[in-house]
Amino acid sequence: MLRQYFSPSSTTGFTHAVSSEITPQSMYVQRRAWLRQVAAGAAGMSLAAWGARHAMAQTPHPGKLPALVGSVSRVNGANTMEKITSYADASGYNNFYEFGTDKTDPAKYAHTLQTKPWSVEIEGLVKKPGRMDLDDLLKLSPMEERIYRLRCVEGWSMVIPWVGYSLAELIKRVEPLGNAKYVEFITQADPKTMPGVRSRVLDWPYVEGLRLDEAMHSLTLLSFGMYGEVLPNQNGAPVRLVVPWKYGFKSAKSLVKIRFVEKQPINSWGRSAPQEYGFYSNVNPNVDHPRWSQATERRIGEDGLFAKKRKTLMFNGYEAQVGQLYAGMDLKKLY
Amino acid sequence: MFDVLSRLRSALRHPWVTPAAYLLCVLPLAWLLWGAANDALGANPAEYLIRATGDWTLRFLCLTLAVTPLRVMLGLPELFKLRRVFGRCTYVYVVLHLLCYSWLDMGFEWADIAHDIAKRPFILVGFSAFVLLTPLALTSFNRAIRWLGAKRWQGLHRAVYAVAVLAVLHFFWMRAGKNNFAEVLVYASVLFALLVWRLARLPLFVRQ
Repeated sequence: MLRQYFSPSSTTGFTHAVSSEITPQSMYVQRRAWLRQVAAGAAGMSLAAWGARHAMAQTPHPGKLPALVGSVSRVNGANTMEKITSYADASGYNNFYEFGTDKTDPAKYAHTLQTKPWSVEIEGLVKKPGRMDLDDLLKLSPMEERIYRLRCVEGWSMVIPWVGYSLAELIKRVEPLGNAKYVEFITQADPKTMPGVRSRVLDWPYVEGLRLDEAMHSLTLLSFGMYGEVLPNQNGAPVRLVVPWKYGFKSAKSLVKIRFVEKQPINSWGRSAPQEYGFYSNVNPNVDHPRWSQATERRIGEDGLFAKKRKTLMFNGYEAQVGQLYAGMDLKKLY
Repeated sequence: MFDVLSRLRSALRHPWVTPAAYLLCVLPLAWLLWGAANDALGANPAEYLIRATGDWTLRFLCLTLAVTPLRVMLGLPELFKLRRVFGRCTYVYVVLHLLCYSWLDMGFEWADIAHDIAKRPFILVGFSAFVLLTPLALTSFNRAIRWLGAKRWQGLHRAVYAVAVLAVLHFFWMRAGKNNFAEVLVYASVLFALLVWRLARLPLFVRQ
């Protein structure tokens, strides 16, 4: 949190909150303790500790799963200063239809998911296709912590500290061919360990897609952890996508295949309800979902029951970083 | 069997049956209020309240429409008085549903609410069901029957069948985007069965 306190205000695309509003109590208590230590003459030691703290992300660990710590990301926009959603909410309330349609189902039923052994198949229009073991993926690039807003298409949002690295690192490694224009993400669909796959709510496996330039954007994260620990099963263990400027369903979980293709892939929700879910699905307060407005959102665990919902930001507040990807496009048509 | 029925009959004649029924009907509301006050409604209490009040509206609507078939099939005229209890409670829960939506979801922004109702068919359908149910709730007492005359009162209250169809359509539409129809099907089948039972009896009255 100190790094947040000292971080330059280079993150654009949203209005900075007053620091007294965003610094959790535990942190300023800690900061005061540190000041007392300095006063007591332990300045040298404390400064060393502070230096270390500045480099490694400081999200409090829930202590439930093996640690996976990332360094503070230098990617522009990757460190929102907003209040982080509680781990209980982030891991207890989400959509993962492979484990049921209720938002409390994933936390209840995802314990059956087998994440070892795990590998991701890279295929399609690349120079270096092949199967990559999870251990190799974990070592491919240094882990970073990215604190992203997450906006669900249903109108709620969270702030989650993910751990991973830019998907671009992997993409560069496998060398896409000139005709590769899109990336398709195929996720695990095992009816034995994922009870929801037996239902016909969607066509399985769950498939998502990005344009290659979207996939290459430094904010597009290949994530292995959150809150300083490996991903809990219900949040898409052991490896998932996080695309912070798009509605949550674009961030496919439990990836097993990444395919490079020439034509725009058909994503699962687009196939199931094309009039409701477009391929791009960028967060956009000006384009309503057919059944509800997207102009506002409720921040889980933060906005009181009777508080007015907060305004949803264009590209979920990442317009400065990603707006140029969509220059000249009619986002009302290409929603 | 007859013994059970006769016991049920005498129990239903007890003067406390109506107040006891009201008390039972208020229990879900009590739970929701307690849950909201004690942060026991999960990560998104607003969504929970909006959905739960909608669910309970549908449940009470089913109960209301089940009274007459049960009364006739079991030969228990004493069930009659429960129809009004359930009917009024249906209205209480739909008012709460609308209140939760207007307050928790829309923050009492009347212009936004009007826009929402006009623009979104599933909300328009739900709102129509509420509007149709309002005169029924307002005439849900004996003197209203006398004022209107039994025939006209009964004609007015047949609007409940339209309400049932609209309510299921509202729920169906709400779930349509996610292809999640299991619960919709439960309510739809119950209401369908109760309506079919009535349609099947129609010839009896036509002959008279």
